[in-house]
Amino acid sequence: MWEYSDKVKEHFLKPRNVGEVENPDGVAMVGSMACGDALRLTFKLDENKRIKEARFKTFGCASAIAAASALTEMIKGMSVEEAAKVTNQDIANYLGGLPQEKIHCSVMGREALEAAIANYKGIPLAEAEGKIICECFGVTEPEIERVVRENDLKTVEEVTNYTKAGGGCGGCHEAIQEIIDRVRAEARPVTKPKLTNIQKIRMIEETIEREIRPSLQHDGGDIELIDVLGDRVLVATRGACATCQAAHLTLKDFVEVKLRELVWPELVVEEVSQ
Amino acid sequence: MTTIYLDNNATTQAAPEVLKEMLPYFHELYGNPSSMHYFGGQVGRRVREARERVAALIGAEAEEIIFTSCGTESDNTAIRSALATYPGKRHIVTSRVEHPAINALVARLANEGYRVTELAVDGEGRLDLEQFRRSLTPDTAIASLMWANNETGVIFPVEHAAAMARSKGVLFHTDAVQAVGKIPIDMRKNSIDMLSLSGHKLHAPKGVGALYVRKGTRFSPFLIGGHQEKSRRGGTENVPSIIGLGMACDLAYHKMDTENTWVKYLRDKLEDTLLAGVPNCRVNGDRVHRLPNTTNISFEFVEGEAILLRLNELGICASSGSACTSGSLQPSHVLRAMGVPFTMAHGSIRLSLSIYNTEQEIDYVIENFPPIIKELRALSPYWEVGDAICATAEG
Repeated sequence: MWEYSDKVKEHFLKPRNVGEVENPDGVAMVGSMACGDALRLTFKLDENKRIKEARFKTFGCASAIAAASALTEMIKGMSVEEAAKVTNQDIANYLGGLPQEKIHCSVMGREALEAAIANYKGIPLAEAEGKIICECFGVTEPEIERVVRENDLKTVEEVTNYTKAGGGCGGCHEAIQEIIDRVRAEARPVTKPKLTNIQKIRMIEETIEREIRPSLQHDGGDIELIDVLGDRVLVATRGACATCQAAHLTLKDFVEVKLRELVWPELVVEEVSQ
Repeated sequence: MTTIYLDNNATTQAAPEVLKEMLPYFHELYGNPSSMHYFGGQVGRRVREARERVAALIGAEAEEIIFTSCGTESDNTAIRSALATYPGKRHIVTSRVEHPAINALVARLANEGYRVTELAVDGEGRLDLEQFRRSLTPDTAIASLMWANNETGVIFPVEHAAAMARSKGVLFHTDAVQAVGKIPIDMRKNSIDMLSLSGHKLHAPKGVGALYVRKGTRFSPFLIGGHQEKSRRGGTENVPSIIGLGMACDLAYHKMDTENTWVKYLRDKLEDTLLAGVPNCRVNGDRVHRLPNTTNISFEFVEGEAILLRLNELGICASSGSACTSGSLQPSHVLRAMGVPFTMAHGSIRLSLSIYNTEQEIDYVIENFPPIIKELRALSPYWEVGDAICATAEG
């Protein structure tokens, strides 16, 4: 049995925005019955060119349904330009993560979104026109190049998890490996990828839980995350820390250093009294 | 939430009688059956009795039963033994719908240089016996066909096939893991040389199986070690489980009628009602030559894992041959071999019953299953098309 997050289960059991938007501005159908999953996405813009309504229909497993449901929730209120920046990783993060073998469900969501935006703009998709590498699942060279580049994939197995390519007869494994080698050989600027707010907050929470609180609790202290405003991390001290004269040093020298190291180099930790 | 367990081809509960029979052999009577003292010897007697009980269920003699750790070990032992005892022969005949214990093994043997013939099945999962006959050559070391298919329950005519193999001087093995305990088997009336069975499919615990090897069949052990099982399988006996398997075989022997009347009645009721109540679905596999406890139904335009998880919310346990549940990205090899169309293969659900299921449970499933399909179809982008098909079919 797959280890699905509670969020995946929730979106699977109570999917949001099922159906079709009437007179849609953008529409797309990706996947196929033969592949085992398919997604039909429609959206409508309001007078400010923001997505007013997005609806889906999915043929597929629990995570495919959950990913589509999540996607429609995520893009509501976005401009087309903002929506175009949504990645498969954003969808997976929104759902609290997906099992590796199910990442392709989030990729399908991103593909549907792109195709719907292309449909809205009236332009053809580069991915759809490339050379087909995986005959079993109809996956093209540009699609594979893209997931390898965006997700820093290293192995054929990972590419299969993301796109299904190579998951059938296995005849294209060599071709996929060549694409991986080629893309990875390209010189890439070493900038840290930009975090979305959701990602940033989640990582801060995780780092505090996993790396910081155990140390503080060991000394009888504790902290609580109150809020995140941009790069400002607002925390309250608890336990021994609340009365300790050196607590501000701990916050700067330990908490902030850890968060900068593990989450984002520009974070600033501030204490708030609560 | 109560569990309604309809996944008995995956595994079964150990029968209460089986568990009771096993318990003393963990703590009180823990002797080694090979020991010279009475403390161990009394255990050895119970292992002997278990062997007789297993043999009785399939009409064999006690000496023809070798205890193993599972069905997979039995299968591996049988095939490797045939290849080891006929070293000049380099050909294996099997089918495309075998369990991975055979399927993956012969794939590996093909890499080791053996020639493998995997026989096709028709749309109902049936074998062409003439094709089987033609596939046997003087170079064939062993033919292995499952007695009953784990996914569809379809029964192969293995006794006919064994007779054909015998007439051509080819060893014949059957993986009878799904058949033993569910349908009558009498080894005195056929010429099958080796047969695999597994405990946990017939209400014995997991981790015990047996391999039947007909008297006079050349044999080469798989596990080399001590003198256990007359040097045919090294390793100290899994005494409690072997005793449990003996008890389970005894129970199965006496409940064979229930399996083929009551369980079959429940299965048929479940299947017929679902087929009548849900449009665009069909049974996968030959409905006549089939295990009494198994049904495999495909629901068009919906995906199996989604169905399973919805059933799971109601405490109903089933399984699926869809891609998302097979651990690969393609639907089950059995459904593919049968040529089940993709529209159907991804939405296949296997329901497998046991003597412990009640009519109330089946009624509960009958009541709650169709709405799940309806809800999932409302999500499916293909369903509107299907709706029209169904309207025509019904109209």
